[in-house]
Amino acid sequence: MHDLVLKGGSVLTHEGIRDTDVAISNGRIEAIGSDLGDAEETIECDGAWVGPGFVDIHAHLREPGHEWKEDIASGTAAGAAGGYTALVAMPNTDPPIDSGHLARYVADQARRSNRAEVISAGCLTLGRAGERMAHLDELWDAGVRIFTDDGHVVANASVLRIAMEYVAQLGGVVSQHAVDADLSVSGHMHEGGVSSRLGMYGIPREADNVIIARDIALAEMTGVRYHVQHLSTAEGVALVASAKSGGLDITAEVTPHHLMFDHEDVRSTDSNFKMMPPLRDPEDTTALVEGLRTGVIDAVATDHAPHAATEKDVPFEHALNGVTGLEWAGAVTNGVGALDQAAFFDRMSVAPARIAGFPDQGKPLTTGACANIVIFDPTTIWVPRSTVSKSVNTPYFGRELTGRVKTTIFQGAITHEG
Amino acid sequence: MNHLLSTEHLDREVLEGLLDEADGFAEVLTRPIPKVPALRGKTVATMFFEPSTRTRMSFEKAAKALSADTVSFSPGTSALSKGESLKDTALTVRAMGIDLMVVRHKATGAPWRLAEWLDIPIVNGGDGAHQHPTQALLDCLTIRQRFGTLEGLRIAIVGDIKHSRVARSDIFAMTALGAEVVLVGPPTLLPIDPVAWPVTVTHGIDEILDDIDVVYLLRVQTERGGASVFPSLTEYTTRFGMTSARFTRLKPEAIVMHPGPMNRGVEIGYDVADDDRALILQQVSNGVAVRMAVLFRLLGGEHDA
Repeated sequence: MHDLVLKGGSVLTHEGIRDTDVAISNGRIEAIGSDLGDAEETIECDGAWVGPGFVDIHAHLREPGHEWKEDIASGTAAGAAGGYTALVAMPNTDPPIDSGHLARYVADQARRSNRAEVISAGCLTLGRAGERMAHLDELWDAGVRIFTDDGHVVANASVLRIAMEYVAQLGGVVSQHAVDADLSVSGHMHEGGVSSRLGMYGIPREADNVIIARDIALAEMTGVRYHVQHLSTAEGVALVASAKSGGLDITAEVTPHHLMFDHEDVRSTDSNFKMMPPLRDPEDTTALVEGLRTGVIDAVATDHAPHAATEKDVPFEHALNGVTGLEWAGAVTNGVGALDQAAFFDRMSVAPARIAGFPDQGKPLTTGACANIVIFDPTTIWVPRSTVSKSVNTPYFGRELTGRVKTTIFQGAITHEG
Repeated sequence: MNHLLSTEHLDREVLEGLLDEADGFAEVLTRPIPKVPALRGKTVATMFFEPSTRTRMSFEKAAKALSADTVSFSPGTSALSKGESLKDTALTVRAMGIDLMVVRHKATGAPWRLAEWLDIPIVNGGDGAHQHPTQALLDCLTIRQRFGTLEGLRIAIVGDIKHSRVARSDIFAMTALGAEVVLVGPPTLLPIDPVAWPVTVTHGIDEILDDIDVVYLLRVQTERGGASVFPSLTEYTTRFGMTSARFTRLKPEAIVMHPGPMNRGVEIGYDVADDDRALILQQVSNGVAVRMAVLFRLLGGEHDA
């Protein structure tokens, strides 16, 4: 008797996509095939996509220090609702995750809520101040594999170079919030026709591009694995493509909101369209979708950034940056229509797990493996109107999305049923 | 019309209607008792979150000339300085029994937020570098009084268009009324995407002087932007200032306008500002009349469009 059988799904297995059943017991995948026998519980998949649970390499879970926005329990609940079984928590908490015991605290809190595996990213510099190296060895020993001062760019190229050399030796990834601080100063949105009409200071696309170009040069110099966060410009996609074709070990992510929206949405001055980097030109959106399709962009990462209503229900220029996204990322990614089932799971699960170094995540289903699975119906059209996050700063409420998470399974246990 | 937030989507009919009404109120203001009972019992709140004296006074004068009561709000002495949010401040003032709010705020879009949060008409008294619609109305009224119409006029807006809510409001109102607008300034003071605007652009004022009906000078905003956007005030005056020498090259019927406050000797020559063809004080007087028209339109009921 199995614990759970998933019947009739389109299953991404290590042998490719098959219409088959999956049996789960004791947290592991026991069998893949047909006529698998009785189970305590059976889920009818009705042809929905079955594959490795989604992995987010960029989520702000806000704990410790900003629990009025989100905490690890609520953030992983939002993750489960969105099909995620693993998350990388960003280190811009209070205090920032710049030493080993803080990273262990984050992982421990996630184990207590038991809805997803969470590793914290670690700061690259102490206090995210961009001056001195964080406790990189301690962080590494605590399981940290991605190092970033996310929210701040490491502006000083010499500091970055030294940190890259150190992280290269550890085998970790340097991940950059690639927005030049000077070019973006006092900017609130993309510099273009809409900012000009609104009379708002803009952030030119070159703010991203100059940092990406600089960092690629330093990554080549130091040999570090380098990851570009939340690409927003067509030129950024081209820079990453060029570095990859030159053989560098460089990866990149895109957020769901950059795939779906552009600066025209900011005309409303609705602060749920305020984030960093900003929503750019429709041509950039097209380039990002194309980059995701071709694989130049390795992963979809949510940049889930919860903020309380009091921090968002203010004039646009006063609102904090960021929107939530964990619950809708799969649907948005599917909805752009650029990815088939294998490519979809590659960008949502396989590649992000590889970048973040989650050994039990993001693998096509195989017998004996840990059962971290999502069942995703790619055809359901629906309109989100609620969230399990603590915060409601989402641009997706009231928007038609295509594709919905039916079930999320973490270590063999159901964490979400849609 | 439920609010007046922007000139960007006002059509000619609405604009002409407001200007006609304002002409009527301008006549009221010349009477021995310059007051009508149109809005007796109504209360207008002026919520100026950014320092301003003249626009606030103009709105208050307009409200009082319509027999409305006025209450005002100053950020420096309010609960805002105790950390109260804009939303809570607005809801609190509304709860006192306010019928209309005039809002000035340094953040683009703030009046739109108030229009969402509150159930009363909102008048944008200036938001960031975005919009200042009553300024555009008073400018258009001043021009219309002089020329009879804006149709076919060539209007040069000179100076810091990029950071100007006055320019953003004027451009749409003036072109909707049939004028042709040319923007004049160095590239650092012009919109980054002028082709998307209903205007033409030039970097040289001298080449257009003899072909302009209205020269609209913008204040050099030394307090905005922070970063240096032109080399020096002297160089600005030399290249773009309406000096006496340039003034003599204008067509004889051409007029000079300025939204104030002026920097005499910078964007406008000392003597030019006092010339009969500089209509700067008429603009100020018309400000009261157009604000009466706006308040009356939003609160007067029977004239609701």
